[in-house]
Amino acid sequence: MLKRTPFYDFHVSAGAKLVDFAGWEMPLHYRGIIDEHEQTRRSGSMFDVSHMGRLHFTGKDAVAFLDRVLTRNVSAQKVGQSRYSLVCNESGGVLDDVIISRDQKNWILVCNASNREKLVKHFGDVRRAGSFDLDMSDQTESTAMVAIQGPKVIEKLADVLPGDVRGLKRYQFETGSLMMTKFTVFRSGYTGEDGVEVVLPARMASMAMRLLAGKLDKPDATIRPAGLGARDTLRLEAGMPLYGHELSETLDPLSAGLEWAVDLSKDFIGAVALRDIASAGPKRKLIGLELEGRRIARQGMPIKSADAIVGEVTSGTFSPTLQKSIAMAYVDAPLAIEGTALTADIKGSLTPAKIVKLPFYKR
Amino acid sequence: MAQLPANYRYLETHEWHRLDGDIVTIGITQIAADELTDVTYVSLPKIGAKVQANQKFGEVDSVKANSDLYSGVSGTVTEINAQLADNPGLVNNDPYEAGWMIKVQASDPKEFAALLGSEEYLKKTGH
Repeated sequence: MLKRTPFYDFHVSAGAKLVDFAGWEMPLHYRGIIDEHEQTRRSGSMFDVSHMGRLHFTGKDAVAFLDRVLTRNVSAQKVGQSRYSLVCNESGGVLDDVIISRDQKNWILVCNASNREKLVKHFGDVRRAGSFDLDMSDQTESTAMVAIQGPKVIEKLADVLPGDVRGLKRYQFETGSLMMTKFTVFRSGYTGEDGVEVVLPARMASMAMRLLAGKLDKPDATIRPAGLGARDTLRLEAGMPLYGHELSETLDPLSAGLEWAVDLSKDFIGAVALRDIASAGPKRKLIGLELEGRRIARQGMPIKSADAIVGEVTSGTFSPTLQKSIAMAYVDAPLAIEGTALTADIKGSLTPAKIVKLPFYKR
Repeated sequence: MAQLPANYRYLETHEWHRLDGDIVTIGITQIAADELTDVTYVSLPKIGAKVQANQKFGEVDSVKANSDLYSGVSGTVTEINAQLADNPGLVNNDPYEAGWMIKVQASDPKEFAALLGSEEYLKKTGH
């Protein structure tokens, strides 16, 4: 039986095409992936991201524990700040990529739905092994989470949401009350647009939907619902990695170009292995490709230089914004230079491709 | 239940076929188009190319997937839908008319008659 988010009834009433995503019944799209993608770039969209894991940490050793499991230095993090970070295994492979936020009383970690159970187990193991004194609680199913993204979102929501949304900087968050309900508003997202992600109690989800969305279902609404399909094409244009594609337990964050999110000067699980990778240099690197024509290179397709296989596609799509076929791929490090001409082997036909700078799209 | 046009005949792989004289027009069903999501590219044979019954004649790319296209009849391609090059979304928006893909001069009219009727198609594809 698939899990349903607190917005399930809304998805059904809005005519969503629902799919199984990491054990959750989620909207792939409501009107069409490209339509929803363009709406997000032009105006605004609302995405149900309640399936993503929300874990809370509190207690004496919370900082020491998080510094052990996360690649970033959390002790330097201020209250009201969020940061992108990785959770690695001992060999430097990625268990998940997460957002860690420091609130007054606790730490909030948002993780991928597909990795939530694995992380809960990993965190439990690390806590026991290191006798860390802390409480971890899984708030995923008692809360709801929506991402509201697009150039017109902040102005539209500034008067509706509690607190000073306009004054929040990117990767800051604040918690406020509205109609006796606790809202946590993060200035963050996964689309390459400005916007917020809002966490609220699950039982208030439908009230929040009316409040935030208003005329959501009207064709000319500023903010309209969008599904996971558009979320994927938006993040790909924005050059953001997706777990299971650009990141996995056998891929490390340095090869993925995420060295800015890895603090090799501190001790964390995976640090030893990552220091070795850093000093030798990654064997392969994550790059962006622009392909000739309209065909899409998909995950697993080989990248070639002359006849030799020099890499592999991790994600690809036809970019609605650029009107070009784009892909992310890992290629041998010496070739990972902007402008390098390669080919993508799309079911046996070699499609010319050139390495371009990431992100493909910047607002 | 999905609405299917009358008099069209189908393959289990979701291609529809319409017979006008000895010309068979081929496209994909709304069910297939919805499953693919937004179509971004349709790869079609050249005019004059031969197609074989139950053999691949092209490919369709969408935001979510890539899928092969099959012909239910043998014959020669007499026309391709050139509009799809600039507007592949026609396959999603109007799959049975403006989103058609190729026209084939059929070499054996019995092949068309042997294709699935709409009810059989829906049953075989679980709709």
